[in-house]
Amino acid sequence: MKEFHIKQMIKSNSGIRKTDVINRRMFIIGAAKLVVFTGIIARLFSLQINENKKYLTLSDKNRIREWKLPPIRGNIVDYFGNVIAGNLKVYQLHIIPEQVENFNYLLVRLKNLLNLSENKIARINKLKAELKPWDSIIVSENLTWSQFVKINNYLYDLVGVKPVMTISRNYPFNDVYTHVLGYVSQPNEQEILNNQIIQERFVPGIKIGKLGLEKKLENHLIGTNAIQRYEVNAYGKRINQLEHQKGIQGSKIRLTVDTEIQKACRELLNEKAGSISVMDVYTGDIIAMYSSPSYDPNLFLFGISQDEWQLIRNNPLKPLINKTLSGLYSPGSTIKPIVALSALENNVIDTKFKVKCTGKMELYGQTFHCWKEKGHGWVSLKNAMKQSCDTYFYEVSRLLGVDRLYITAKKFGLGKKVLGEYFDNEKKGLFPNTKWKKNNLGRGWVLGETLITGIGQGYIQSTPLQLCMMTAQIANGGYAIKPKIIVDSNPISYEDAKQSMESGLLFDSNSDSLLDKKLFKNKKNIKIVQEAMFASTNERFGTSYKSRIDDTKYQFAGKTGTAQVKKISKRERELDLELEQIPYKDRDHALYVAYGPYINPRYALSIIVEHGGSGSKAAAPIAKKLFKLIIDRHELRNKQSNFERITI
Amino acid sequence: MFQHDRLNSEITLLQKIKNLDYMLLISVTLLSVISVFVMYSTDGGEILFHTKNHFLKLAVFFPLMIFVAFFNIKFWHNFSYIIYFIVILLLIYVSFFGIKASGSQRWMDVYFFVLQPSELMKIAIIMCLAKYYHRLKVESVNSFTSITIVLSVILIPTIFVVSQPDLGTSILIALSGLIILWLGGVKIKYFIYSFITFLISLPFIISFLKPYQKLRILTFLDPDRDPLGAGYQIIQSKIAIGSGGLDGKGFLKGTQSYLDFLPEKHTDFIFTLFSEEFGFIGSVGLLILYSIIIFRIIRIGSISRSNFARLFCFGYAFAIFIYIVVNLSMVLGLLPIVGSPLPIMSYGGSSMLATMIGFGIVLSAKINHKQIIA
Repeated sequence: MKEFHIKQMIKSNSGIRKTDVINRRMFIIGAAKLVVFTGIIARLFSLQINENKKYLTLSDKNRIREWKLPPIRGNIVDYFGNVIAGNLKVYQLHIIPEQVENFNYLLVRLKNLLNLSENKIARINKLKAELKPWDSIIVSENLTWSQFVKINNYLYDLVGVKPVMTISRNYPFNDVYTHVLGYVSQPNEQEILNNQIIQERFVPGIKIGKLGLEKKLENHLIGTNAIQRYEVNAYGKRINQLEHQKGIQGSKIRLTVDTEIQKACRELLNEKAGSISVMDVYTGDIIAMYSSPSYDPNLFLFGISQDEWQLIRNNPLKPLINKTLSGLYSPGSTIKPIVALSALENNVIDTKFKVKCTGKMELYGQTFHCWKEKGHGWVSLKNAMKQSCDTYFYEVSRLLGVDRLYITAKKFGLGKKVLGEYFDNEKKGLFPNTKWKKNNLGRGWVLGETLITGIGQGYIQSTPLQLCMMTAQIANGGYAIKPKIIVDSNPISYEDAKQSMESGLLFDSNSDSLLDKKLFKNKKNIKIVQEAMFASTNERFGTSYKSRIDDTKYQFAGKTGTAQVKKISKRERELDLELEQIPYKDRDHALYVAYGPYINPRYALSIIVEHGGSGSKAAAPIAKKLFKLIIDRHELRNKQSNFERITI
Repeated sequence: MFQHDRLNSEITLLQKIKNLDYMLLISVTLLSVISVFVMYSTDGGEILFHTKNHFLKLAVFFPLMIFVAFFNIKFWHNFSYIIYFIVILLLIYVSFFGIKASGSQRWMDVYFFVLQPSELMKIAIIMCLAKYYHRLKVESVNSFTSITIVLSVILIPTIFVVSQPDLGTSILIALSGLIILWLGGVKIKYFIYSFITFLISLPFIISFLKPYQKLRILTFLDPDRDPLGAGYQIIQSKIAIGSGGLDGKGFLKGTQSYLDFLPEKHTDFIFTLFSEEFGFIGSVGLLILYSIIIFRIIRIGSISRSNFARLFCFGYAFAIFIYIVVNLSMVLGLLPIVGSPLPIMSYGGSSMLATMIGFGIVLSAKINHKQIIA
């Protein structure tokens, strides 16, 4: 028992010693714990208090995602405010796969309701495999109203289908403005990369300008995206909408064109290949600019079908070419007013100067034919212009020389772009001179080439718009104008333009300064040319006499032109074939330039009918119809001039 | 045996209830209540799978803690070795027949829930070593034999758990064991030498790590090297905690968790959600609650007359502390990511079971603090 007690004591004694060790060691650990916990709290403090802002931002970045919606393009309106490129509500059909109970059943139902092709079904299935289940698949971009109604009626049976109303570009006048406006379609990679603004505002489904003003004014028209902010989860699924920020529609652009006249141009050139341009002779406003045939830009909005595309592409009248700006034609006799003016200005001829036309002219063993085989006899400037005598102009150009002619022609806008900054596809044409030939063809100029240049054949090439501007600058008394198609922030009124011109200065809206734009040396010479053009249209034996209007309100002066497409062989000349007997491709282009009213001129036009035959038969009659309309609308246009100013 | 002990110690059931440590009990209860609410938040503010199961487990394991507490501390002393061996057997069992999940084999199906024996080992090793040092003479503490035995006791389960593989739990088991060595009086210089040896051999150890474990270390050093892959968890966790600010985003308003940016939010990253919703104030509050629990356990240890109870309490207090530190350091980006749950808060039955048993034994030590164990 005692032994046990001692044992017990020893044990408890050693127990106490052990307890001391344990307690001491515990104390060290306890201190360490305190330090570690303090460390953790310090870390919490640094994350939650010091860096709270940073992490809050990161957390918001995690959870908030922005969805950009396609921006709404600005409208393009004509001079009178009619929308010529606008936006239309379109009805679309979307499927949200995760809401669909039976995808195959749904597709069968939709196939029956909308007559979807097998191809389309396959594409939908492919999209379904590629997209996230909550991303919507666009089944149809543009449903007709009746299809939309049908879908809505059967909606109870179409789980997961979402009828959507959205906005799309629309061209209410279809093919009337295609060559002016161009069209919009989905951008390709290059277009996105090349344009910073498109890059910023890109969303799937955005349409951008592909051609014409739609392309050139992209940055003004595009508008800004509406932005929807959603809270999303880690997988990118939208949980709820936080904010909707409205986008700003693109700028409205007002053009100088008149839809009524543009429409009339379309009618007049129906089923013909050609171009009509109409211009204000003082302000340079382009009233109409139509290239025929055209095509419907609406076809491109939702992707053109292969068949439709082939139809446009393979049309022999070449609707894809903007003939007004990129069509290069020999001006033919329409150049004669410039030849005459140049000769007068250089004192090579005067009004009394006469040439005897025998129907041809021999020069160094080469024969140059007048269009009239029998010849015109002795002709003065006025008669030569009136009857478009080629021999007279052969002689005049021989005396003048091509280099002097070149200077005058260049002044009046030939061989230069007219609207260059707005249309990428505009061509500058060519007006040759001796230096040009030497430099480009490596051979010396031949006198014979001067002769044919004098009747607008040979190397010379011009666009219909150049001829229109040339005529406008003769019509306004010989002053330079700067043609424009957009009503800018500082539109110049016709009165101001006219006044500044007649005081010898032209108001330039771009430089805000008055510049000398006088194109003539002697004002009398312009008058002589104008009178000759008047005679050509309004006096007997004038080439366009049949197309004249006697009413002075509508009376116009003009010059016909017939541009050879093919060198005429002697045999063909003898045959003197009727138009229908010549193959289409070989027929002459018919041209006509004119301005009116003759007293107080306001508008100039140029007409070209490809392979239309003679200018007097095919082109001039069009001018007669057009001038009536143009001048009838003049009053309206005058009243309209200041209704709205738009800054672009 | 139970009967015998009760008679011996002359403590009635009523006295037992009276002698429970209410400070600890209240703290644990509070923690349990918080954990249910946080679990409710991880379920997106609905009573779903995790909330239900977590509550159910608490409903079973909380009473189990009291049940454990009612056994005399002497009983736990007597059974320490046996418990340790049973858990070793379970570890051997899972290494052959365990359930595999996400690349590791560490679970066994015990019908009503899936048991992870390595979690139980966290307690068993403390019990085993506490008993060993309780019985060991002070003079023998630093003897070669005893240190060899003790190290084997630590190494065997650690190796089993590492090979599951489960680095996190094995580190916690090893640390829980080592702390008893420390408390038991193993010379400080041994600790220092081993620590230096460990540091020197660290590159060597790293070369033995599995590729994903190396990746975790690399990610820890620079989470931004792969922000959507390996670094995702830690980046999102830091964003959640940091964006919580002073007072948090509010209960059920933690966007990081609600919108599923937080990975593993029910288990290892539960603190992140808590911290996002309750901010710095809430986080410090939770740490204080844990500190109270740890302090109470130490206090119970220090009033215990038996060294077994004392060693167990101190050891367990340290273990709880280590679990918290490892878990928080991980979610705060202070340590590489190793799987380690936050006691009571994290979803997971085995961890809760082990923790509750631990608390139960601590409470038993409190009830029987005057008990002398020969």
